[in-house]
Amino acid sequence: MEALWLSMKLAACVAVILLVIGTPVAYWLAYSNWRGKFLLESMVALPLVLPPTVLGFYALIAMGPRGPLGKLWIALFGHGLAFTFSGLILASVLYSFPFAVQPLVASFEGVDRKLLDASAVLGAGGLRTFWRVILPLSLPGVVAAAVLSFAHTLGEFGVVLMVGGNLAGVTRTVSVDIYDHVQSLEYGAANRMALLLLAISFAVLSAVYAVNRRVWTPWAAK
Amino acid sequence: MDPVGCEVNATMLTARIRKGRHSAGPSSFALDVSIEVSPGVTILFGPSGAGKSTLLDCIAGLARPDEGQITVDGEVLFDSARGIHVPAPKRRTAYVFQTLALFPHLSAEENVAYGLKDFQEKERREKVEAILKAFRVEKLRKQRPGGISGGEKQRIALARSLVSEPRVLLLDEPLTGLDAELKAAIVDDLRAWNAAKGIPILYVTHSREEVDALGERVIALDNGRVRSAGAPMDVLDAPRRTKLAQAAGFENLLSATVLDLREGDGVMRVRLEESTCEIEVPLGYVAVGSRVRVAVRAGDILLATERPHRLSARNVMEGRIVSLEQRGMMAIARVDCGVAFIVHITPGAVRALELTAGLRVWLVLKTHSCHLVE
Repeated sequence: MEALWLSMKLAACVAVILLVIGTPVAYWLAYSNWRGKFLLESMVALPLVLPPTVLGFYALIAMGPRGPLGKLWIALFGHGLAFTFSGLILASVLYSFPFAVQPLVASFEGVDRKLLDASAVLGAGGLRTFWRVILPLSLPGVVAAAVLSFAHTLGEFGVVLMVGGNLAGVTRTVSVDIYDHVQSLEYGAANRMALLLLAISFAVLSAVYAVNRRVWTPWAAK
Repeated sequence: MDPVGCEVNATMLTARIRKGRHSAGPSSFALDVSIEVSPGVTILFGPSGAGKSTLLDCIAGLARPDEGQITVDGEVLFDSARGIHVPAPKRRTAYVFQTLALFPHLSAEENVAYGLKDFQEKERREKVEAILKAFRVEKLRKQRPGGISGGEKQRIALARSLVSEPRVLLLDEPLTGLDAELKAAIVDDLRAWNAAKGIPILYVTHSREEVDALGERVIALDNGRVRSAGAPMDVLDAPRRTKLAQAAGFENLLSATVLDLREGDGVMRVRLEESTCEIEVPLGYVAVGSRVRVAVRAGDILLATERPHRLSARNVMEGRIVSLEQRGMMAIARVDCGVAFIVHITPGAVRALELTAGLRVWLVLKTHSCHLVE
């Protein structure tokens, strides 16, 4: 149960962080006219195609005592980043980035441009337009981004293993725990955890789809 | 104060705009216009693709001209030479789009209050209340746009754009899709509002009907250029361009050969297309034998079932009704006189004259209903 609690905590932290940094990135991707935009788009999508071990490997190198991130962390906090909960958050944020950014970009792009023009001629600057028009009309996308990055982090395995290792209470997440049980042939325990994860993932996703259908359809109707 | 002084101080919009360079050369801009708009309604008229919306976007600050200057009330909003480009939110120009662009997640009153962020809550509520009343939609204040009918949506969009007392109002076909009665009622309310404010209103349309209903002044735009400007009669009843002629509701557009000039009478005779049909049209600066285009409105043609005589109209042509079609409050007859004419008649006339396809008829055309097109 400790592993489950750790996974939930990790997933929640990652979802919140991703909403905060994913939103400006998504805004820029949705509205910038820069011609080199495709480069950033491909970078954001990279974790979708890379094996988690590749990402985890480079994250581990960067966080190690001789890596740039590791050195910075040691200078700031006096201890390393690899094999810590913070390191796990950082790697998970990278790994789940597209799951937050892509739904946000899609929903920002879905907002009628004429509404943004209308907002501008009514005296609203970019920030006010974002808060009053773009964000409320993109709520389904925001919810999808939060839930997808939460669920995706909850189920990740490769990156965790590479960066976090397997320290009980610190970096041993549900997926690693299940792997552990299987390795030691404890199929019953593995099954209990696996079923629990399956149930939680399903519950979270269906909650989102249900909410999306009921609450946000009325004003989307054209 | 003397009235001349008032004139000078009145709000005035001027725009000199060049945008969209296609190729090198002095006159290669997609849009190249210079206009002055005084208080009251000025119609911006022209076929779609003429550059009307781009012009409005430039004035509102949503698009940036390549060259030129835009001023309101003497204040410079854009000047390419001095590098001035006031951003859209700071221009105080109101703009109603064809799609209206009401915020779907906000109620009518929240939509209207959107542009009033700099006011105290109490003042804001008073202003919203007053303008909703002025446009007769105060009952809908709590409703979202999704549940509001056409016509009322237009009123809310107008209220939203005018509540912050803009210096200029730009309207891009805002009343498209409404019936004539609803249009007229909304226009009346808009005029009533502007009687007190006296701001320049630039109203884009390609509907001839709306020009007649609204027109004080018209600027005719075609292919990114101002073709003519002035009173509706002067601008639209002597069209100089074929495309403009069609847009202006000249359903009949015929090519003709000049047969002879009667300078003393101010007329000339022309033969229509390849037919034997000869008619008299106003004199143009053309030579005998040259080709001209003649534009005639379908509503300016009279139709008779017997050969008329002792008429002042000079052109009587014999023909046959090819087809007859009822469209709304109007019947459209296609008549073959050697050349095909489209004639608009009332359903009452169709019944009284017992018009049917195949019937022999005479078309009557006044000389001055025939317009020469460049």
